[in-house]
Amino acid sequence: MQHYRVGIDVGSTTIKIVVMDDDNDIVYKYYDRHYAKVRENAARLLADLKDLLAKSSLNVAVTGSAGLGMAKAAGLDFVQEVFATKIAVEFYHADVDTVIELGGEDAKILFLTGGTEERMNGSCAGGTGAFIDQMAALLGVSLAELDKLSLEHGTIYSIASRCGVFAKSDIQPLLNQGANKADIAASIYQAVVDQTVTGLAQGREIKGRVVFLGGPLTFQKGLGLRFKETLGLSDEDAIFPDNSEYYVALGAALYSGSLRQMDYSHIMSCINKAALAKNTVLSLPPLFSSKAEYAGFVERHSANNAKVIDIATYEGDAYLGIDAGSTTLKLVLASPDGGILYSFYKSNLGEPVQLVKEQLEKIYEMCGGRIKIKAAASTGYGEELIKNAFRLDGSLVETVAHYYAARFFDPQVDFILDIGGQDIKCFRVRNNAIDSIMLNEACSSGCGSFMETCAHTLGYSIEEFADMALYARHPVNLGSRCTVFMNSSIKQAQKDGAGIDDIAAGLAISVVKNALYKVIRINNPAELGSHIVVQGGTFLNDAILRSFELETGKQVTRPDIAGLMGAFGAALYAATFKTEKTSMLSYDELKRFTHTSRAAVCGGCTNNCKLTINRFGGSERYISGNRCERPLGKSSMSVLPNAYKFKLEKLLELKPLSGPLGRIGIPLGLNMYENLPFWHALLTHMGFEVVISGLSTRDLYSKGQHTIPSDTICYPAKLMHGHIMKLLDMGIDTIFYPCMPYNFDENLGDNHYNCPVVSYYPELLKANIKALDGTRFLYPYFNPGNRKNFTRSLCSFFTDRFNVSRKTVEHAVDKAYRAYRAYRADIEEYGRKALEFAKANGRLVILLSGRPYHIDPEINHGIDKLANSLGLVVLSEDCVSHYIDKFRTGVLNQWAFHSRLYAAAKFATLHDNVYPVQLVSFGCGLDAITSDEMRYILETGSRLYTQIKIDEISNLGAAKIRLRSLMAAVELSGGARHENQFAI
Amino acid sequence: MKTNLQYDKDGRILFTEEMKKEYTILMPMMLPIHFRLFKNILLRHGYKAVLLETDHPRIVDEGLQSVHNDTCYPALLVIGQLLDALKTRKYDINKTALIITQTGGGCRASNYIHLLRKALKRNGLGHIPVISFNIGGMEKNPGFKLSIGLIIQIVYAILYGDLLMLLANQTRPYEINKGETDRLVAEWTDRIGNKLRGSTILNNRSVRRDFDAIVSDFARIPVMMTQKIKVGVVGEIYMKYSPLGNNNLESFLLSEGVEVVVPGLMDFVLYCVDNAITDTKMYGMNRLKGSLAIPLKKYLEKLQNMLISSVKKEASFTAPSPFEHVKSLIKGYVGSGNKMGEGWLLTAEMLELIDAGVENIICTQPFGCLPNHIVGKGMIRKIRENHNNANIVAVDYDSGATRINQENRIKLMLSVAKLNMQKAAARSV
Repeated sequence: MQHYRVGIDVGSTTIKIVVMDDDNDIVYKYYDRHYAKVRENAARLLADLKDLLAKSSLNVAVTGSAGLGMAKAAGLDFVQEVFATKIAVEFYHADVDTVIELGGEDAKILFLTGGTEERMNGSCAGGTGAFIDQMAALLGVSLAELDKLSLEHGTIYSIASRCGVFAKSDIQPLLNQGANKADIAASIYQAVVDQTVTGLAQGREIKGRVVFLGGPLTFQKGLGLRFKETLGLSDEDAIFPDNSEYYVALGAALYSGSLRQMDYSHIMSCINKAALAKNTVLSLPPLFSSKAEYAGFVERHSANNAKVIDIATYEGDAYLGIDAGSTTLKLVLASPDGGILYSFYKSNLGEPVQLVKEQLEKIYEMCGGRIKIKAAASTGYGEELIKNAFRLDGSLVETVAHYYAARFFDPQVDFILDIGGQDIKCFRVRNNAIDSIMLNEACSSGCGSFMETCAHTLGYSIEEFADMALYARHPVNLGSRCTVFMNSSIKQAQKDGAGIDDIAAGLAISVVKNALYKVIRINNPAELGSHIVVQGGTFLNDAILRSFELETGKQVTRPDIAGLMGAFGAALYAATFKTEKTSMLSYDELKRFTHTSRAAVCGGCTNNCKLTINRFGGSERYISGNRCERPLGKSSMSVLPNAYKFKLEKLLELKPLSGPLGRIGIPLGLNMYENLPFWHALLTHMGFEVVISGLSTRDLYSKGQHTIPSDTICYPAKLMHGHIMKLLDMGIDTIFYPCMPYNFDENLGDNHYNCPVVSYYPELLKANIKALDGTRFLYPYFNPGNRKNFTRSLCSFFTDRFNVSRKTVEHAVDKAYRAYRAYRADIEEYGRKALEFAKANGRLVILLSGRPYHIDPEINHGIDKLANSLGLVVLSEDCVSHYIDKFRTGVLNQWAFHSRLYAAAKFATLHDNVYPVQLVSFGCGLDAITSDEMRYILETGSRLYTQIKIDEISNLGAAKIRLRSLMAAVELSGGARHENQFAI
Repeated sequence: MKTNLQYDKDGRILFTEEMKKEYTILMPMMLPIHFRLFKNILLRHGYKAVLLETDHPRIVDEGLQSVHNDTCYPALLVIGQLLDALKTRKYDINKTALIITQTGGGCRASNYIHLLRKALKRNGLGHIPVISFNIGGMEKNPGFKLSIGLIIQIVYAILYGDLLMLLANQTRPYEINKGETDRLVAEWTDRIGNKLRGSTILNNRSVRRDFDAIVSDFARIPVMMTQKIKVGVVGEIYMKYSPLGNNNLESFLLSEGVEVVVPGLMDFVLYCVDNAITDTKMYGMNRLKGSLAIPLKKYLEKLQNMLISSVKKEASFTAPSPFEHVKSLIKGYVGSGNKMGEGWLLTAEMLELIDAGVENIICTQPFGCLPNHIVGKGMIRKIRENHNNANIVAVDYDSGATRINQENRIKLMLSVAKLNMQKAAARSV
């Protein structure tokens, strides 16, 4: 009797099947998308094999991320997929050291030699096929085109691959600046490579012979090339095998050899049984219980339709609003009473200026002599560019534009939620001012495009998907978290046999839950207010609108122009101008209009802003991408106080002085930004030449990237790896970086801890940077908060080790405390002067409140300069915290740096012209506590709370929106007493 | 009828003596055996304690709605479980108090009680008193006093719990009559519970007698000693122990035919006491606490040794290592000054497992757990470097992480474990 081994690999999106004979030849292989119908498709594929298998004895093993449930239900044997890969690789290739496998949603790495280790991507989809798909869609090219483009690249840009949102915010500016698509394509691949090297390898170096597997690596040659180049692999050591997409299935087939033998009919009956079994899934109530209920719902919302006026017959005045978003362009021409004469909505394809020009020409043509455009205004990401290019009458920050539009539909609006394809914006309205803005900077879940992508993955259009959701009987509970988590929730639901309609409805509910609980973070629907306006293209989907109403238990207003509200708001804003005629380029001027742009890098400071220099026709020039006024040739603003700059300069003044004990290196990061003056004085007076690793840069980060063991830790901590590598590169053989669970006690809280990461990061560095083994890495525990104890520990640590006298140490300790006090005094004095300056000049003060290390320009991305350029005085939390005595907080106030935050918030409640903006590093666990408490302190004092999340990604757009909305709110409430006119 | 509330000088609602008589005290669950014993002790001391054994999804939703979603998952679950219970209307919300442990340290966990109070306020339940259970002297209440008698009973309960957990884990996978181990656990939990509840005075001698009896009872369970993969579970304390937190990790592992090895709670208690000593010695902090900790540590170690020697009387059981031995293992990895969260103990527990031949380890933590970045994930590379066969998987838990993902990662670890076992068997042949 013929004997075969069968491997079935059920992945996240595809199902693969291979049949192998006793000579290990592959007699059959097949691969298809399963569209969530795992069991049915498996049954179908096996049924197709009847002729081949019916009369044979068989071994079968199932594998794959979605295979576990099926194997269980069918009573077949399961082999974990990474393990299956290992079996296949070891079978087909000799002497392989590492395997890298990228799939649709999975990324895996296997180390086979030197201690077998297998790793899979855990909580993040960055660096997978799904990420590449998303990026190709953003560029508007197919995967094959992306691959071809990448082969022609010149330069490589740094793009974050962790989450689509981050990468988008890196890529969009590049596109807008006219960067070469080939370069971007290669940069996307490079991002995947970087993610694999750091996210997956986590401190283990990838070397030796490497086998590359999986769809993306099979079909996209450019990706393989990036890997080869980055890892420095020769042609021989980089193996791209045939059948690489079948390796997991082959591994399962090979594995099955050791299992029981079965006959075909038995297997078929097992699988058929599994295909029929309907599992119980955790389900939610349906969106609509009947068609009649849906009809009532549609009826109720149709009350919020905008008035449409026929432009062909209308005569009279009109106002134009342009919303130049980062990926789309929206345009509304409105009558003075808010009727819609014309609207336009389209992806800007990276060339917003050209598209606006065409639209304006078209509008002029339609207006003829009958319609007079009295004013035009722009908003959104490209508001200034468009305003300058077309000489518009004004522009306003997008939050305010949305407010204008929402107020039109509900004059009492107190809460606005805008969900677009990739962005969520929401804010409250209090006293006619915008308050508590929340944007999704860190995560793309909860956005509309996610649902769309899911629909496409499952083989449906978004419209079909939305329709199915409306009448689903048992919507699946998919939770509310990151996209990746949702993908695996969907996987689980599929495994459990949920139908597409239930998944679609579950997704709609998830999108809403994410927006509510992740981004807005409501506890209670009552907090949202009573007049809620929802907008953005995503809400045109009735399933999502309904989910929102069900989840919050509130009836909300959704205008039928939900997708155009920014542009509509800009038009309404233009209608407030008292102009007789718009200053916008005339039809004739438009015909002559030309636009060229060129990219440049500003050399003014270390931020190295990527500038775009736009020229419109003649000599008019508009520069974008700058953080400060320097490249514009203006200098008036640069005299505004900036404590971030001041503190940084103070630290960089600390120079090495040669001493008898030789060189000692200090990595400049984390708490060293606070304690450097202390350690510098201490070590210098003991006789060391203190060498500092210097400012962080992107290059420095990538140097240490491969030694980071935990990919979810904050960026400031990740940077420490680079600083250590830099010191090693400088030839420093003694490095000093003490563990400090306690900081200095400023008597602001119940204790004076550092956070767990700051406290013990040196121990992690020692355990993960191999190169430190040959170095004298000193990382003792010290508590400088207790001087007596500190001096004793210091003496016992240094006297014998370096042969210095007790006296010298004690003298150095004295100098150190003095130096630190002097440094603190300088900061406090600077703060005092800046506050005086602000008062005398009627300026607003922004308290950029974070941690000492947030002054690192690689961490703050130049937010301080941006604030200066907006005419704001910039202070840090520690410039003012000493004015406040310890007070009772709602949380345990036990971390030294965080006590300053609470004090700074308290200070702001006592000073009208001081506005705190909290800087929060992504991944900072403590800020889950501090941000709520800061908000509480401020809101109790009737003040605005503003937060900016920062990460390794430099995207100042969101920061700018927040700062400008904050200023708009201040302005509206009459809080600003300075002369400056802000473009709001 | 509402009781008149009394406040301390910071405005915290006090749990008064009057409340002790009238109020039901809700306790969140962590370690089933131990916490049932704790409940009995509280009952004996006149508190109307109720242990929450709920595990439905509503708990997570309550947590998500009332706690900052980036806060660690244990806080979300503990607070969610308490809020959920309050909302069932099973308890008179004007006659109910909550109790929660407070460790006091540089970790976020010290803030759970404050997050709980904030969550209560948000839900209009701000009038409910919250009792901090700690031995560090934080947040005193006139109606809830930790008498020496109560503390000693808790200590004994921890040991009883550790012993039952240890023996059950070593017996259950091999028992011939399914369910026999669990029945014995339940029987002993009842017996000890009654004892703790009744007036019997506990002393070392009677406890030692119990220990011996427990050990021989478990030894009598008929077993079939096949070779099974042993998997150690370490990590953040709540994730490690709580079935609600770790998606019933123990029963999943059992269903995979694995013997589960979980370090006892006493090690964590000793670690906390040891930290007070370190805090004085190394950092010059709180001298009084440090000096009280020294005799306390000696006392606890003596009791732990009592447990160890009882287990050793039966050759078929593997006894845990004494605390000082566990602590000595961290040399070359982290220092004993690393004392936030599980601190050095987490690294030590992984090393102790490997030392005892349990090379397959699951390191559990809430997503984004700060101390675990260093003492958990941060040390795995180094442990592997020194122990070729160490097979460690780090698993993150939070409200969005799905069970299938976690189980898939664990299955991978198990595949490697199986292979290692086969290789070892081949070598020994």
